[in-house]
Amino acid sequence: MASSDEENRQWIPFQQRPEWSDVTPIAQDDGPNPVVPIAYKDNFVETMDYFRALYQADERSPRALGLTTEAILLNPGNYTVWHFRRLILDALGADLHRELDFTETIANGNSKNYQLWHHRRWIAEKLGTNATSKELEFTKKILSLDAKHYHAWSHRQWVLEALGGWENELYYCDELLEEDIFNNSAWNQRYFVITRSPILGGLKAMRASEVNYTVKAIVAYPENESSWRYLRGLYKDDDHMWVNDPQVSSVCSKVLSAKHNFVFALSTLLDLMCHGFQPSQEFRDAVDALGTPDSDERGSDLATTVCSVLERVDPIRVNYWRWRKSKLFQAV
Amino acid sequence: MEMEPRESQVATVSQREQLMVESKVFQIYNMFGDLPRNAQSLMLELQRDNHMEYLTGGFRQLGPAFCSLDANRPWLCYWILHSVALLGDAFDDEVESNAIDFLNRCQDPNGGYGGGPGQLPHLATAYAAVNSLVTLGGQKALSSVNRDKLYRFLHQMKQPSGGFSMHDAGEVDVRACYTAISVASILNILDEELAQNVGNYIISCQTYEGGFAGEPGSEAHGGYTFCGLATMILINEVNRLDLTRLIDWLVFRQGRECGFQGRTNKLVDGCYSFWQGGAFALLRRLSSFVDEQLVKPGTGGHCSTDRQLSSLSVGEEGLNASSSGNLNDFGYNFIKRHPEMEPLFHSMALQQYILLCAQEQEGGLRDKPGKRRDFYHTCYCLSGLTVCQYSWSEEEESPPPASAVFGPYSNLLEPIHPLYNVVLEKYYEAREFFTSS
Repeated sequence: MASSDEENRQWIPFQQRPEWSDVTPIAQDDGPNPVVPIAYKDNFVETMDYFRALYQADERSPRALGLTTEAILLNPGNYTVWHFRRLILDALGADLHRELDFTETIANGNSKNYQLWHHRRWIAEKLGTNATSKELEFTKKILSLDAKHYHAWSHRQWVLEALGGWENELYYCDELLEEDIFNNSAWNQRYFVITRSPILGGLKAMRASEVNYTVKAIVAYPENESSWRYLRGLYKDDDHMWVNDPQVSSVCSKVLSAKHNFVFALSTLLDLMCHGFQPSQEFRDAVDALGTPDSDERGSDLATTVCSVLERVDPIRVNYWRWRKSKLFQAV
Repeated sequence: MEMEPRESQVATVSQREQLMVESKVFQIYNMFGDLPRNAQSLMLELQRDNHMEYLTGGFRQLGPAFCSLDANRPWLCYWILHSVALLGDAFDDEVESNAIDFLNRCQDPNGGYGGGPGQLPHLATAYAAVNSLVTLGGQKALSSVNRDKLYRFLHQMKQPSGGFSMHDAGEVDVRACYTAISVASILNILDEELAQNVGNYIISCQTYEGGFAGEPGSEAHGGYTFCGLATMILINEVNRLDLTRLIDWLVFRQGRECGFQGRTNKLVDGCYSFWQGGAFALLRRLSSFVDEQLVKPGTGGHCSTDRQLSSLSVGEEGLNASSSGNLNDFGYNFIKRHPEMEPLFHSMALQQYILLCAQEQEGGLRDKPGKRRDFYHTCYCLSGLTVCQYSWSEEEESPPPASAVFGPYSNLLEPIHPLYNVVLEKYYEAREFFTSS
């Protein structure tokens, strides 16, 4: 509360600022009986009234730039103000490195806002490779506070693709996953890197080492959906290889025989079978060991049994597993 | 359902945060479980009067904290008006007339709607404004949309990639595609030019996980997944998606807390009751496409590249038999299709989460216990609730059996058209109006 009082004291109304005396503010045309009316604070009303005046006059001047700064600080979600600001920056040929600093100030307040990131991308695009390291550092800083920040990740991916800087990205993913193996955003970034980094050679070149890495992650935390999805993603282009790679079936087998946190292992086994995988007796035994199926299901095929076990151990998805069971005859 | 948090060594941020939420949620469920019957049914009641009071109050006046939503006022209109319509209620004529007048002031002279009077037209606020006017209904509301100019606006936002830009030189993402296509479809102004290459853009956003990201390469996310799927249906290209991977991702978004999370290993949030739940509502009418992918010999339905190449000539397997069918009809034909699939998510569990964890007894709904109510979450929790209640219905219009409604039957909300998320009856009225004018 103290700081906002302070702000109010420091804030000088536009009407009292001599450099604005030539401008006639324009009030918002809310009509006589607006719905969802907002009880704006006085400084908000006045700032926006002056903004409307300059926006309508299309005045692309230094004072207009200053005004957009004030308006954005009051509501960083106002895309019209941001849009006008870009027109002004262009017209003035403003120092875009300083503009990066401004967006950083806004991000310190609330970084979950489309406008800020769109603006940042616009600046970085203009600065080109001069901005690469700064943008990677900036996103890294945001991600150190919230490792799943959607906008920050999107921006980082754009930077990598548009400006480069891939050299340490896989290492960065390693780091984040070491900190939190459940961070799905980091897994997604890892997928982005191994499929798109021009240095690494793409999915095919990376597959073997990535499968090793992922299998280890699965064995350590078999309840982690992220790593299972990543493993499946490593064979996105090649179902045949996925079905026939012994590393995939063996990690399922390993998790199943531990009889703990085995939902994703069972679900993967089911998918494998639907794609033509021929399970050995070892799998049959491992699944049977997870619990006695109903008497009428004894002797049924393994895929049916897997669905039945999943219905029981994963009740929130009971409809799904029943549906999968009903579709088995079509798929196998 | 298990009600106790897992006992495990808690190591990472994700695990700690998840356990904290689970413990709050299970505390509520356990407390509920210990209550006598009559107290239980009281707790499960949808607090209609309180929700109406909260919504009416916001429509009439918002506090200074809403300055941060000053560029989202058509959204505030939509969240509130749609919530009220879901409750089967309406504001009085004068307030409705004020709403039409206000939205008209947000309409740009050159087409589209901005976040407030005088603001730059924006696709998301255009979607919110149009859905608000459809929800208000009636000649005055529906005729207030300048469709010719809106069409021109949509055209200006169209990008060479096939996607749309949110506003002049704005961001391009799946949200923009959905809001543009939804608006065009409901106003009966969708054409081949607007739809061109949208499908390619959306497909490029389906991730290795199965859900959709906002942009190619980003992480699969509930909001974008709904937008991506709904867009593909509206342009009649849904058969080009990998639906089996999509379903596999979607079903795992519902967790032990009974609600949906937005992304893998993220926390439950009431708003995904609609974004994920709504995607399930759409899937119910896509069983023929799903089956087709399941039985593909050799690919087993999971191979996307081959299928995408082979089905570039869309139309022959579309929702409409004729490939030259009017693009504007797909939203209508879709809702008229018989839903052949049972819901693949746990409808009762989700209703339990919405009523016990997301609902504030004093009115309004929220993200999760410990968070404050807001209009966004009120709208999308209620939208999710109606999706649940009608998730077993054969006919969208007919009332569901009592067994489909969690809590007292008086909790029943109005049904929606899940592609646009407007109340079905309002949709029919708008469809009638815009196809005949």
